[in-house]
Amino acid sequence: MKLKILAFGITKDIFGASEKIVEVNDDLNVKQLKNFLEGEFPELKKLKSYFIGVDEEYAEDEQILSSINKIAIIPPVSGG
Amino acid sequence: MIDIKITENQLDISKCLAIAQDLTSGGIATFIGTVRNITKNKPVIRLEYECYQPMAIKEMRKIAENAVSLFSVQNIVIHHRIGILFPGDAAVIIVVNDGHRDAVFDACRYVIDTIKQTVPIWKKEVFEDGEEWVSAHP
Repeated sequence: MKLKILAFGITKDIFGASEKIVEVNDDLNVKQLKNFLEGEFPELKKLKSYFIGVDEEYAEDEQILSSINKIAIIPPVSGG
Repeated sequence: MIDIKITENQLDISKCLAIAQDLTSGGIATFIGTVRNITKNKPVIRLEYECYQPMAIKEMRKIAENAVSLFSVQNIVIHHRIGILFPGDAAVIIVVNDGHRDAVFDACRYVIDTIKQTVPIWKKEVFEDGEEWVSAHP
């Protein structure tokens, strides 16, 4: 399935774009997506941490993804 | 009453106080986060803030709602600025009122501390010799 991933902050620099479309297996979960993205973009592993947002909520590793989800990669936040 | 806003415009403490105004309240606590002109001895030219807006609004609303229930306060205003900010600019204004004195101080503290942990807003520091996303790397 195709997933569109929004990128912010330093991950926009890492992806080279504010969004990336990736082709992955159906029924991928968040952890598997992270592994996939780290394979494509090893720079992600150097970050202090990062989360995946699904439909504007922080997602757990076990959450299964579908192409209708709004997916975002959320590097360490620094608001306030 | 909870008022959450993200804007590229200059923040206005008087406006935030007016929004939070409650004549039944006896005390107001505010926090204003401002841009410093120096980081680790390097002069900062500007900060560039960006956010994942729909999720940032949701997370700030959750924080405000939690603060209301944890500290028994009534009114919380959180205004956060994004875009280009210069030293001295206010990046965030938090106003809490209607509660006992301890509660409004504690709620205000809780709100800013939690914003810094969970809200998808990011800032990049721009120096003369480069730029860096704050807190991205260990």
